[in-house]
Amino acid sequence: MAAGQLESGATASDRRRKLMDKFMTGVAYFFTFIAIAVLVWVIAYVIIRGISVWSPAFFTENTALFGDGGGIYNAMYGTFVIVLMAIAIGVPMGIMAGIYLAEFGDNRLGDFVRFIADTMAGIPSIAVGLFMYGLLILIMGWNAFAGACALAILMLPVVARTTEGIIRLVPGEIREASLALGLPQWKTMLRVVLPTAAAGIITGAFLAVARAAGETAPLIFTILGSNFFNSNPMEGAMAAVSLYVYQASSSPYQAVQEAGWGAALVLLLFVLGLNFIARAIAFTQKQN
Amino acid sequence: MERNKTKEQTSKEKATPKKQESQTGQRQAEAPMEHTAQSMEVNGLNAYYGGFKAITDIGMKIAPNKVTALIGPSGCGKSTFIRTLNRMHEVARGGRVEGEVLLDGEDIYGKNVDPVQVRRKIGMVFQKPNPFPTMTIYDNVVAGLKLQKRHKKGELDDIVEGSLRQSALWDEVKNKLNDSGMSLSGGQQQRLCIARTLAVEPEVILLDEPASALDPMSTMKIEDAMLELKKRYTIVIVTHNMQQASRASDYTGFFFIEDMGEPGQLWEFAETEKIFTRPERKETEDYVTGRFG
Repeated sequence: MAAGQLESGATASDRRRKLMDKFMTGVAYFFTFIAIAVLVWVIAYVIIRGISVWSPAFFTENTALFGDGGGIYNAMYGTFVIVLMAIAIGVPMGIMAGIYLAEFGDNRLGDFVRFIADTMAGIPSIAVGLFMYGLLILIMGWNAFAGACALAILMLPVVARTTEGIIRLVPGEIREASLALGLPQWKTMLRVVLPTAAAGIITGAFLAVARAAGETAPLIFTILGSNFFNSNPMEGAMAAVSLYVYQASSSPYQAVQEAGWGAALVLLLFVLGLNFIARAIAFTQKQN
Repeated sequence: MERNKTKEQTSKEKATPKKQESQTGQRQAEAPMEHTAQSMEVNGLNAYYGGFKAITDIGMKIAPNKVTALIGPSGCGKSTFIRTLNRMHEVARGGRVEGEVLLDGEDIYGKNVDPVQVRRKIGMVFQKPNPFPTMTIYDNVVAGLKLQKRHKKGELDDIVEGSLRQSALWDEVKNKLNDSGMSLSGGQQQRLCIARTLAVEPEVILLDEPASALDPMSTMKIEDAMLELKKRYTIVIVTHNMQQASRASDYTGFFFIEDMGEPGQLWEFAETEKIFTRPERKETEDYVTGRFG
């Protein structure tokens, strides 16, 4: 048994083990391929269906849910304004909540806030839309601000929990170094911890924004959708790209359905772009 | 130096030669002047982590302008003790202290004492070099004082040069002050951390195993810097390196833990020369001669 005892393949059980190994590796590759293929398929399909309706007029005309369809100018404006307002409301609040959880949240109140945040992250977005309908729309009438609030609520827990996670990743030694220099806790937070965590926090915020930008359900009960250009986010119904995709898809007119594909492509590229920027920021930080 | 007035001068206002020199516009960088630093005294000190008592009944006089080394086997409370000296112990979860620690006669655990002020007087350098990763070398040095008071640019430049010279790093970084602090080697990073501590102009500098992660050359540089620094500061250093303690310190405290789970004690405290040649207790002798630890 001296020579060749380390060579395998000699016995039946060795051969079976090797075969099993190959088989399981193959299974893993196969399902990975399926997962990626689905994603590529979705993107490719939307591009193929959507690109054909793109024209200069498509980006300069307002939406129409009848006849030959229209453009998505008012919908793009609406998405832009609503997402911007949602960022202004949700991101600072989420970041502050995350700071609280990371710095002062090691107690029962912190656990409670974390529990609420995690629960909030799981609330169906349409329920948030209904909530805003009851809270603001019944009083103010249709308006884009309520839609932005709904999206901000959806972003809030995500931003808060990512911010908390990133701040906790900042090494304790750096924090201690700052405290040992005689900097008070808030200056330590502002000048040392937050800059170190900045890239991660921004990445998390971008991902949350990308998620919210594609939301449709919370907008149904808040901004309603419109075929007219409305620049005032505080009053009146407004269009949004995601909402238009939904409405166009249920239109009986062939041309409107086609326009819906074009809008879907715009939305897809917008969200992919946000994701790409988020990854790029994270990557640059890693390089440093 | 004006910024010293912003600190709460707890006991005696000391007009140091250095301060006057700066006022006449000369560069403090050229020759670090001598300065009588403040002394410390520890009486009946216990420190806890939650319910666990880490050190018990420590009493020690820390002489001004001397290097006091703390040695002892792992887990005997040296690091815990040094962290109680500038109230960094309470930053840890469940960190709690009983007893008194006097800085020139004033209890740093006194009722109305602000830990932030304590830490400006008693600086600390940690085991692992920890420059601020998002800051340049220059910004790292001034990080501790930039927000305490508004400084003129020229004044800051002087402080940066002076601090880096005292920590023996100036010649190596003077041409790249705007590079990231992380671009330096481990030994350089540690000297940057020392410079950062010096810039705040503390009275006492605590070093918690500052050279344990460094190569012998860097260790030597830090020891050399320490001999220079004690002309101006009171220094306490925790070290695992017996040679380092015997080479660089004036007084040595030997910490010992009788049994696992027991709190650490200050087993023996005397002049370094005495600890290493004629220790009074058997455990001290066994440790310094390398029989355990």
